[in-house]
Amino acid sequence: MRIRSKETSSVLIDAEGLDYRRLNKKVREAVADGKVKILISNVLGQRFIGDGIDKNIEINLTGTAGGDLGAFMDGPFIYLNGNAEHAVGNTMSSGRIVIHGNAGDCLGHSMRGGKIFVRGSVGYRVGIHMKQFEENYPTIVIGGKAQSFLGEYMAGGVILVLGLEQDESVDSYVGTGIHGGVIYVAGEVDDTLLGAAAKKEEVDGDDIEVIRGLVKDYNHYFNRKVDVDKMHFTKIVPTSSRPFCNLYTHE
Amino acid sequence: MSSHYTPSIYDVSVDSTKCRLCGRCIENCSYDVFRRSEEKILTYPNNCVVCHRCVAYCPANAIKIKKVSTPYRYHPIWNEEVREDIYNQARTGKVILGGMGNVRKYPPIFDRLVLDACQITNPSIDPLREPMETRVYLGKKPKKLEFSGSGDDVELKTELAPNLKLETPIMIAHMSYGAVSLNTQLSFAKAASNLGTFMGTGEGGLNQALYDYTDNIIVQVASGRFGVNPDYINRGSAIEIKIGQGAKPGIGGHLPGEKVNKFISETRMIPEGTDAISPAPHHDIYSIEDLAQLVRGLKEATDWKKPVFVKIAAVHNSAAIAAGIARADADGVVVDGFRGGTGAAPKVLRDHVGIPIEAAIASIDQKLRDHGIRNEVSVIASGGIRNSADVTKAIALGADAVYIGTAALISLGCRVCGKCYTGLCPWGISSQKQELVDRLDPEVGARQVQNLIEAWTHELKELMGAAGINSIESLRGNRDRLRGYMLDSNLLDILDVKTVGA
Repeated sequence: MRIRSKETSSVLIDAEGLDYRRLNKKVREAVADGKVKILISNVLGQRFIGDGIDKNIEINLTGTAGGDLGAFMDGPFIYLNGNAEHAVGNTMSSGRIVIHGNAGDCLGHSMRGGKIFVRGSVGYRVGIHMKQFEENYPTIVIGGKAQSFLGEYMAGGVILVLGLEQDESVDSYVGTGIHGGVIYVAGEVDDTLLGAAAKKEEVDGDDIEVIRGLVKDYNHYFNRKVDVDKMHFTKIVPTSSRPFCNLYTHE
Repeated sequence: MSSHYTPSIYDVSVDSTKCRLCGRCIENCSYDVFRRSEEKILTYPNNCVVCHRCVAYCPANAIKIKKVSTPYRYHPIWNEEVREDIYNQARTGKVILGGMGNVRKYPPIFDRLVLDACQITNPSIDPLREPMETRVYLGKKPKKLEFSGSGDDVELKTELAPNLKLETPIMIAHMSYGAVSLNTQLSFAKAASNLGTFMGTGEGGLNQALYDYTDNIIVQVASGRFGVNPDYINRGSAIEIKIGQGAKPGIGGHLPGEKVNKFISETRMIPEGTDAISPAPHHDIYSIEDLAQLVRGLKEATDWKKPVFVKIAAVHNSAAIAAGIARADADGVVVDGFRGGTGAAPKVLRDHVGIPIEAAIASIDQKLRDHGIRNEVSVIASGGIRNSADVTKAIALGADAVYIGTAALISLGCRVCGKCYTGLCPWGISSQKQELVDRLDPEVGARQVQNLIEAWTHELKELMGAAGINSIESLRGNRDRLRGYMLDSNLLDILDVKTVGA
């Protein structure tokens, strides 16, 4: 374990041989110490990095992040040069997570604000139950493919799947139980892939502007040249904000 | 309509010789039972939910509510309830929803357990004059204590896990802002604070009005994660992960959009008028390992300073699940029996799924002891705790503390009408319309809840004293002080309780 200060405002932590508790304690101490940039090298599956931090700091990771990267966080900008395990940005309130690789299941679970960009593909149930409220508007951008149950129970925000270098962008049960927010998927989405309470809508000019803004950020973070004007998108929205209100009678 | 008509169950009448036409019944009834026509009050008894609001506020004592029954031909199998449910579902094609807990006549096991008392060979204790310890600490306890130094200069080396300190083993259960009104939550918070015990937020966020009471509040994290942010989890004295609840094991929650007004929307952090849907499972938890990840994630976010409890519904294999929870770094297992209450649940789940709390407490306590990990978690029992005898028996079966929900609501004046989901509660307990909520004064409500818990705590001391026990520590899991009366031998084995006479 070595800590070297390059400058007073930043700190480098070598994660090699540290379990998650010791690593995250170092991170919390650095935050308490007023560091605004924390570089962590040799990350190897440690969970909860950035968990619950409510300062607008930058955390720069190299390696493979364990589960719950940035969970419950409210402010930080996490940049990961590598892949991430499941539940990235779990219940996060604000901030940004940029993943220069692939990520696992349940990315953005119950996220209520902030942005997550993934260069490659993601697992199952991504964006599940993400929700919006007033100025809080969660955003997820996936460069590759998203597995089944994308945007399940989605209650707000936006998900964009670009499907770059993939045969298809999404799998089955897209937006099942969706009752708020919008999902944009590059290419056609067959009706059989839609979940209960989800429907397709025509993409209009306003939608293209939203997509263009997100792709601009994607290109910037990952140094790519994705051209929105050469792509076709499918828009998926809820059939109703109250899909399950007619299921019940009373005693 | 006519073939599915079900006769009215109540008759509401206004005695015109007594009635002063003051109109208070019309003002007070939120279910539109009363209307004025010229010099007469007309009644619409089909709307009546027997909440007693009109009777309580009629200055002339002119209102009478009677149960009436239009008989069906008697049949032991095709009874009235069965027939009326079929008429209902034939008409609507929908799932039947009901409020409050299980209504089936399963005999409470508590009623077949009796407590012990001292006679001659061991002295009983008078709690009015002798010390009686009802304080309870919830959370992990160390397996052993290690010290350094010697003589007068001794230092504790063992690191202690955070615990909650309760002055009485009775806490107020999680009922969300949304399911209940803000004044109900405020009543609970004030009472918990005055009593030195705790109340739960339920899954509805923490309204600012409760910020002054957070030293006595446990915040809940459920599958919808409503209102959950770093501020919320750090404000609570402890965090409770809700996996399931006794009234509807295995399914999620659903606050209808009608109840999501401006204030609820702000506290839950969702748009006004949308349904607040809590999925059936937590989708980041499909295993005990995943549960450990959420427990530890919450602990990391709060710097390991807060106990984290995990609440499950009492189901067939709760004991094994509780052992898993104990191994997932949790500090407490909350187990909610099948008589637990709710704002609304599908009737078929409410009445037919889950097991009684008594059996769940005993089997969980036993399993944790068998594994040598009873000290790793506290056991908190809930679901149909009706009086101080139930509290005492629950602790003797192995619980560290209990949560009371329905009993706490009844102390506020709830009549258990089971219509919480309508948002029309005339007592201001579960309603959200301001003019109804204002009917419940939090100061008065707090006093009533406090009175109830103080009275039960006193009775608990009397019961303990009679048995010669002077601390909760000595009562907990002390099943030798229980006997089963007319319980079958299988159940006696599960409860590890002897029969009366033995």
